[in-house]
Amino acid sequence: MTIGVLALQGDFSEHIAILKRLGVSTREVRLSEQLDDLAGLIIPGGESTTIGKLAEDYRLMEPLRQYGREKAIWGTCAGAIFLSRDARRKQPLLGLMDITVERNAFGRQVASFEADLEVPVLAAVDPRERPYHAIFIRAPLIETVSGDAQALAQLEDGRIVAARQGRLLATSFHPELTGDDRFHRYFLHMAGV
Amino acid sequence: MEQQVATLTVKKGLAQMLKGGVIMDVVTPEHARIAEDAGAVAVMALERVPADIRADGGVARMSDPELILKIMDSVSIPVMAKCRIGHFVEAQILEAIGVDYIDESEVLTPADEAHHINKHPFKVPFVCGCRNLGEALRRIGEGAAMIRTKGEAGTGDVVEAVRHARSVLGEIRRLKTLAEEELMAFAKEIGAPYELVVETRDLGRLPAVNFAAGGIATPADAALMMQLGVDGVFVGSGIFKSGDPAKRAAAIVKATTHYNDPYILAEVSRNLGEPMVGRQIASIPEGELIATRGW
Repeated sequence: MTIGVLALQGDFSEHIAILKRLGVSTREVRLSEQLDDLAGLIIPGGESTTIGKLAEDYRLMEPLRQYGREKAIWGTCAGAIFLSRDARRKQPLLGLMDITVERNAFGRQVASFEADLEVPVLAAVDPRERPYHAIFIRAPLIETVSGDAQALAQLEDGRIVAARQGRLLATSFHPELTGDDRFHRYFLHMAGV
Repeated sequence: MEQQVATLTVKKGLAQMLKGGVIMDVVTPEHARIAEDAGAVAVMALERVPADIRADGGVARMSDPELILKIMDSVSIPVMAKCRIGHFVEAQILEAIGVDYIDESEVLTPADEAHHINKHPFKVPFVCGCRNLGEALRRIGEGAAMIRTKGEAGTGDVVEAVRHARSVLGEIRRLKTLAEEELMAFAKEIGAPYELVVETRDLGRLPAVNFAAGGIATPADAALMMQLGVDGVFVGSGIFKSGDPAKRAAAIVKATTHYNDPYILAEVSRNLGEPMVGRQIASIPEGELIATRGW
């Protein structure tokens, strides 16, 4: 069982380091044939415009959409934007999840922040309930969830920062920048690993 | 549930998001849009690219905030801007207008010949240049959240970028072989804070994202730096001083992603038009070298 990490641009090596620590075999994905036989795929943080452009240029858009209709994908930050249906801006999106996002919703870099979140679903992989310390970097906000998509975590003011729809997961923050691997284990659980 | 801003984690975090990407120098909003459309992960907003700063001579200072703000309004990707080495008031101004990263840069004329900016109190993160491991760790010690090897800006000659990357990465390889009791002498030898030397040894890499800069002009140059082991590249004069900037910019982005695939590198290197003319480092008098600025 191998988990792929889209390695077009961004902090893919941080995701790979956590997966390795969890004893999972990994593969960097830059071309469509590298999607074959993966149990799940992570789309990392980075710049969503860059990732989208490279995915288009190397004909990854349709293979990624096809992959996401059958298997598990998790997008963090730029990855969450890429999974969404609408980012209020013209840029390549997979449109796999019934969520709309607002890019850089909190402002520029000086407004990037850390905050504790209540994420009840993490109890599925770790019964010791405690807040999840999340890192937001020029983060997007999940403005709306519709259809089968459900919100998994919200800021204190109710704004949505994590959502799931079937085997698809989106987080506006970066679990790969922390030592807390509960979100990675939750995704592995979703992917059936 | 209190929110914390301006932590070292979020400062370093933005640099981690830029990894595997290309940061491009731009002097107008139109350039910035070309860079964004080509797949740049960020742009460096400035009045003149380094090749012109070299040609013009005189004192090079922080760019007009009006220009930087216009560039910030024109793109959705992060915008960086340069201040002079040691000029903490230029840095305060850049923070006030909301740039995403400050480059305390040797490309501008230094404002202080002994000290760099104390970068810890700033909310905005800093990137700084280095030629070797000691310089990199001194900058991190002062609060830099991202490092770039200096190369020699505005030349289109990659030789100094290679020299500086090999120096930093080679010293880390040597550090990893040292015995515990040899670390303090090593820290003294390279003039770096002991704790950061230990951290670098434990991580097996710099404790900050490390890009290459200074002289990268072709897709092959970018892939060369990536294969040497840097996390991403800055391209300054190399794009907008070339014959077809949009095409060259997109090609360098692709080469940075597919740096290990010679077939893709061959494909993206075809028909790019004229590269920047360039200037051989060996032909530049020592007093005109930019990389020697910084202490």
